[in-house]
Amino acid sequence: MNIAIIDYGSGNLHSAHKAFERVVRDHDLRMTVTLTSDAEVVRKADRIVLPGVGAFADCRRGLDAVAGMHEVLDEVVLKQGRPFLGICVGMQLLASYGREYETSEGLGWIAGEVVMIEPSDPALKIPHMGWNTLNNTHSHRLLEGIPTGVAGWNAYFVHSYHLKAEHPSDVLATTDYGQPITAIVGRDNIVGTQFHPEKSQKLGLAFIANFLRWQP
Amino acid sequence: MLKVRVIPCLDVKDGRVVKGVQFMELRDAGDPVESAIAYDAAGADELCFLDITASHEDRGTLIDVVTRTAEACFMPLTVGGGVRTLDDIRTLLLAGADKVSIMTAAVHDRSLVSRAAEKFGGQCIVVAIDAKKVSQDHEPDRWEIFTHGGRKPTGLDAIAYAKEVTELGAGELLLTSMDRDGTKVGYDVALTRAIADAVHVPVIASGGVGSLEHMVEGIRDGHASAVLAASIFHFGTYTINEAKQALADAGLPVRMDA
Repeated sequence: MNIAIIDYGSGNLHSAHKAFERVVRDHDLRMTVTLTSDAEVVRKADRIVLPGVGAFADCRRGLDAVAGMHEVLDEVVLKQGRPFLGICVGMQLLASYGREYETSEGLGWIAGEVVMIEPSDPALKIPHMGWNTLNNTHSHRLLEGIPTGVAGWNAYFVHSYHLKAEHPSDVLATTDYGQPITAIVGRDNIVGTQFHPEKSQKLGLAFIANFLRWQP
Repeated sequence: MLKVRVIPCLDVKDGRVVKGVQFMELRDAGDPVESAIAYDAAGADELCFLDITASHEDRGTLIDVVTRTAEACFMPLTVGGGVRTLDDIRTLLLAGADKVSIMTAAVHDRSLVSRAAEKFGGQCIVVAIDAKKVSQDHEPDRWEIFTHGGRKPTGLDAIAYAKEVTELGAGELLLTSMDRDGTKVGYDVALTRAIADAVHVPVIASGGVGSLEHMVEGIRDGHASAVLAASIFHFGTYTINEAKQALADAGLPVRMDA
């Protein structure tokens, strides 16, 4: 089994790569983890991860700059139902539109748009940076064994924008920052996290392990 | 609810931890990676490496340290010290740093902050501010930015500078009181509060922490989002857990599930 982590010139892929390798090793999974900018490698992968750090429009341009990647993703994820995980901006790219600096189109897999967090309390700092708990709005296989709610485990967030989904059913978990902020979106074989599993210590490693075993 | 963060900071020189971490049975107390792993296990919320290598040409060792740390620790890592160019930032991010802190280079060329924020996203650009009080006792408080370990004045007002760099896109400020650094008499709470209340981004309080109560003060009274400390953790005066418990006892939200 092969896991493809898409390299499209966006920030810190090293950590994501190493976190997936660590989980594969810890759980004795027969999987290889490949960092790739080759659409054909992604086409053949059994699971696909789209990380992302930076600004929405910049990441979108980066993804478009990889020949054939968008087409392959549409084909294997949307049509063939391959398990897919987007992380941070990689999750935001699932939306219809991003409104960071400029309006740009996302992949449109999760109806909604990515907008700036407008804190209800002016004392709340932006970026939303640090550890916060998850409130799951739907039970999901990827949250199995992960305590949620105020006394649950914490995930590491660092973002100023968040995905406002059109359909509440696409929001699997939120986090509380003066208001509910979308933490996990998903439908069918697609899931995306606003937080960084690769930086979220035990919550992150448990989440990645769940993703690697997920049979949507 | 967002938790306040406890951040141990390791000074790294030529790839080695300066003074070393004494609090645990490490095979090699001077190895930054081993120290990072220990702090990860101890429940630190983030880790900070400050590179104090004198020569810019010797930075390969730092990159190697960051790479190996990111392979072993799945927690956020901020790296600073001697960062001058977009290329320096890119190299550190690709090696596995989540945030890069800029200090002197931002004082000399503010456009580095905006260029870095546009290129990599403001969330990973930390501006480190070393400030000293310059007002007399009978005057209203005023702090200025200093460089070169607090020796070189710049004439820049600390609050105005903090506002300027956050407007340029910095996602976080690492604020060190050069009056308090190394004194163990507590953070400069007035300074921390003046800066934290003036900007919309999180502020990390640094410089002067000697007790757990100081950490509480930094957050509760200084309005910082995070507290950074070095020697009190490295020498085992307090554990990360004790720090978090003290914050929790003061009614502040902390992450205890690590």
